[in-house]
Amino acid sequence: MTVRQIALPVLLVAVLAVLPFFASGTLLNFLVSALIIALGAQGWNLLAGFGGQLSFGHAAFFGTGAYVTAILQIRFGINAWAGMAAGIAIGAAVGWVIGFLSFRARLRGSYFALVTLAFAEVLRILANAAEFTGGAAGLLIRLQPGFGNMQFPDRGVFLWLVLACILLVLLLTAWIERSRFGAHLVAVRENEDAARALGVDVLATKLRAITLSAAITAAAGCLYAQNFLYLDANIAYGTWISVEVLIAAIIGGLGTVLGPVVGALALHGVGEVAKIAGGQITGIDLVIFGAVLILSVAFVPSGLMGLRRLVKGGRP
Amino acid sequence: MYAPEIVAEAVVNGLMSGATYALVALGLTLVYGVLHIVNFAHGALLTCAMFAVLGLNLWLGIDPYWAILPLALIFFAFGYGLQRFIIGPSSHGEDRNTLLVTLGLSIVLENLMLAAFKSDTRSLGADTAFDVLELGPMLISRPRLIGFGVALATAALLWLLLSATDTGRAIRAVAKEKLGAQLVGIDPRHIFAVTFGIGCACLAIAACLLLPTFYVNPRVGNAFVLVAFTIVVLGGMGSIAGALVGGLFVGVVESLGGLLLGESLGQLGIFLIFILVLLVRPTGLFGARA
Repeated sequence: MTVRQIALPVLLVAVLAVLPFFASGTLLNFLVSALIIALGAQGWNLLAGFGGQLSFGHAAFFGTGAYVTAILQIRFGINAWAGMAAGIAIGAAVGWVIGFLSFRARLRGSYFALVTLAFAEVLRILANAAEFTGGAAGLLIRLQPGFGNMQFPDRGVFLWLVLACILLVLLLTAWIERSRFGAHLVAVRENEDAARALGVDVLATKLRAITLSAAITAAAGCLYAQNFLYLDANIAYGTWISVEVLIAAIIGGLGTVLGPVVGALALHGVGEVAKIAGGQITGIDLVIFGAVLILSVAFVPSGLMGLRRLVKGGRP
Repeated sequence: MYAPEIVAEAVVNGLMSGATYALVALGLTLVYGVLHIVNFAHGALLTCAMFAVLGLNLWLGIDPYWAILPLALIFFAFGYGLQRFIIGPSSHGEDRNTLLVTLGLSIVLENLMLAAFKSDTRSLGADTAFDVLELGPMLISRPRLIGFGVALATAALLWLLLSATDTGRAIRAVAKEKLGAQLVGIDPRHIFAVTFGIGCACLAIAACLLLPTFYVNPRVGNAFVLVAFTIVVLGGMGSIAGALVGGLFVGVVESLGGLLLGESLGQLGIFLIFILVLLVRPTGLFGARA
């Protein structure tokens, strides 16, 4: 990794990290929820942006992370940090299983998108029906401030926690971009058959990508559960999570290191403005999300990060 | 155990709702067969059509069955325009982009309807829903029987259109070999849009058949579209016969599953079939290739 590669992510996170010292509570809440989506989008971007495997069901991993943490804490009284580690591990395992089943069946493109969507829906229906996930009523984590419960008296501390996760993934992504694994991943994205002919183990590369991707998105789910202290199947495993991480990564710039974070902040910013401007009309912010997705695919296919390169005169 | 009459009735009812599912799936499979993309806006477009049927009925007093022809034409034009002026140009000829644009479109349409009609669930007057025929020991709902007939007739008409008209030949040519079709003077952009239009027309017809017995809210299309995906995958992407048989099969599975396991787990059965077929035989029962 070059210094320049590390400098930008660190700078971005540093700017966000000083905000708690003077920002209002509303702004902090906005940042926390936008950055949780950013983390989920970073996971999605690793698989879809670098590996070219478009998943429409990342809620499967997000929800697993959220449910595992919450259930361990509520039913077994396990420390939230250990719960988060377990949530990430089980989320990664779910990713590996879904990846193994669908990549071994050689599903790609529309088929892969569909099967991931179906897996997320199956998990949603199960979580909505099962007893130990709290059924349709959902799960409520008790408010009990303390370091072990990941509940801090100061909102800023939770923001730092989320930022730390994001920085970690930014550095990981920057490293992957330059690594042999990253090169294999991009080769698979550009032309699977050619990559195989050159000796890339396509299945292993895709599996490693989806496992890592699922782990990152599961981490976002854990943070979601700890932040809102409530979840149900339609939130955690809902289609909307899958869609939101996807839109954030795409408008930020597919297959770029900083794209998902920039995209999630921009998307949530637009959403907030739409809510204020749209007033009482339900769904108007989502209409704008959808329109933003279409417009960015149509006019800025390389996302906001691509715009940056365009301004600097490089290749878009 | 259940009495044989109850099971038989469940099978017959399943076949009838299956025919309407098949109609929804026909549009999806046709678009996939020609454009090679899954149209994620299919569900939202179905919801649009259902609201259109409801609106025509409430404001102009038009019977849903009389609305079939005009609505099919309107939705053909709507679909044509969508593909020609929005989906086509904004995807730059890349499948991945088309997938994302249709996803964006579904979000926009669904939430526009949510903004316009709120999340209330509405339906036509209840009198038609309970209009039943007695057939031996079985009770069969008349609107469902009509739906069954019209859906089969539409499938036959579509098959005729594809096999016997010039437009149909052009559609099949583009589906098989886009470049070759272009070389003999077919404009693929026009054919793509016509195909998308036909897919939307199928949805409009399905909406007219559904509304007498079904409700509508801004999210209702999602339930159907996942079923339709299952049917399309089961029947083989792009196969019309497959969509028809798959639709009837899924209708029966859902009806029997609902009878034996209860509503929400019956739904689970459909997803499991879907995943299994995708993993084990992604070309479907009738599909030629993945």
